Amino acid sequence: MNRFDYVKPASVTEAIAAASQPGAAYLASGTNLLDLMKGNVVRPERLVDISRLPELNRIERLANGDVRIGALVSNSDLAYDADFAKDFPAVAEALLSGASAQLRNAATVGGNLLQRTRCAYFYDTASACNKRAPRSGCDARDGENSQHAVLGWSDACIATHPSDFCVPLAAFDAVVEIEGSRGRREVALEALHLLPGTAPERESVLEPGEMIVAVRLSAAARSFARHARYLKVRERTSYAFAVVSAAAGLMIENGRIKEARLALGGVAAKPWRPRAAEALLVGQAADAGSYQRAADVALADAKPSGDNAYKIPLARNIIVRALHLAALGTPVRMPALPASPFSSPTGALHDA
Amino acid sequence: MNLTVSLTVNGEPRTLALDDPRVTLLDLLRERLQLTGTKKGCDRGQCGACTVLVDGRRINACLQLAASLDGASVQTIEGVADGDTLHPVQAAFIEHDALQCGFCTPGQIMSTIGLINEGQAGADPERIREGLSGNLCRCSAYVGIVEAVQDAQATLAGSKTERAA
Repeated sequence: MNRFDYVKPASVTEAIAAASQPGAAYLASGTNLLDLMKGNVVRPERLVDISRLPELNRIERLANGDVRIGALVSNSDLAYDADFAKDFPAVAEALLSGASAQLRNAATVGGNLLQRTRCAYFYDTASACNKRAPRSGCDARDGENSQHAVLGWSDACIATHPSDFCVPLAAFDAVVEIEGSRGRREVALEALHLLPGTAPERESVLEPGEMIVAVRLSAAARSFARHARYLKVRERTSYAFAVVSAAAGLMIENGRIKEARLALGGVAAKPWRPRAAEALLVGQAADAGSYQRAADVALADAKPSGDNAYKIPLARNIIVRALHLAALGTPVRMPALPASPFSSPTGALHDA
Repeated sequence: MNLTVSLTVNGEPRTLALDDPRVTLLDLLRERLQLTGTKKGCDRGQCGACTVLVDGRRINACLQLAASLDGASVQTIEGVADGDTLHPVQAAFIEHDALQCGFCTPGQIMSTIGLINEGQAGADPERIREGLSGNLCRCSAYVGIVEAVQDAQATLAGSKTERAA
């Protein structure tokens, strides 16, 4: 790890001023950043420690019914907030399917959104990586790439975004509040992350010194609470990143789909929201045929970036199953294995 | 750069001068406070051997900068027994043979105390396994660990039933 200047501002305003110089990075909980620094993958000259800023640590219900989640709320505090989990069960399920209990106790909302890819070549400083070192090449293209992107990738970069949390946030139209030296602005979560194109080193729309201060979910997104699931295929049962995941929300009236929300994780450099598939579901019967047609549309543009062609039918199957589980209804209690394909639809013990 | 960090470690207030902001909580405990019960396994947040409680919540000590924790209360494996009386989780690990080499055990025990405090798993073995998935055991003593957690959970809930002799 490189040496760095450590500063601990007392307010968001002070933090933004302190982080406006080149080479500065915000430190929230550091569960990803310190790991990257220990590997010399990133080498910030200055850490601006915002972890104890009290103004960013609240879950608020606003007058219009929206929920505003401060950027420093921990993953576990949010997932175990009873009101939040009841209103946004797929978000809670996604949070609890990620990392370990220790990491969820530390990791923050803002840090989750801005975590870096787990592409092994990004982490290995001896490998070529256009994201870590622009225009150095991409060793993933001819390397171990079975986990890499099948949507939205470019010749420069085939990495995926690893977040579970972001997947239902994208599906349910979350909004990200950003503050910087020129004031406050908002972007849809769906527009926060950038596809790689020719500049994979630029991963989000954040400008230098800008900070995520909150994420908002609208009152309207609660309408999916009775039919909302997150489903995540992993290479082991727990404590693993998604190979492919999906968030699904439905509003069902008289057996027909009134509205649908869908997003995929593990397939692209951002949470992938197939709006054409959502549109196709509206007015259709809540049955396997409808889900299959939506899945086909969602993956219509997918293509392998390496040894990962299997991800395309896997993603179709995950979509069908996530929609099926959502239609069956949100479990009364969080499943013992959140988001696991090994859980029964109600989340009861699979070996009970 | 000189930083001062004030922590309460196992109930005792400690104020430490740090000559380098890179010091993690794990290295502070092991190398500056000689509390070597907390183990360094992977040092990257993957194995759970360094699990301690910070303000009552289990976290990976290897992924926290000590400077960032100014004012926090830290509990380590050295601080869980009451004199010569083991903590119920420690006693249950011995009774259920929930270890072999013992390297991961301090982290397993601190993680179990955190798990029981969180109150999400109860006696359900599937929820216990899921809740402890951040603690790896290379000797694979997992069967005994789950039994120990169930037993300690019952003891701490004050509802331990008499077992057949």
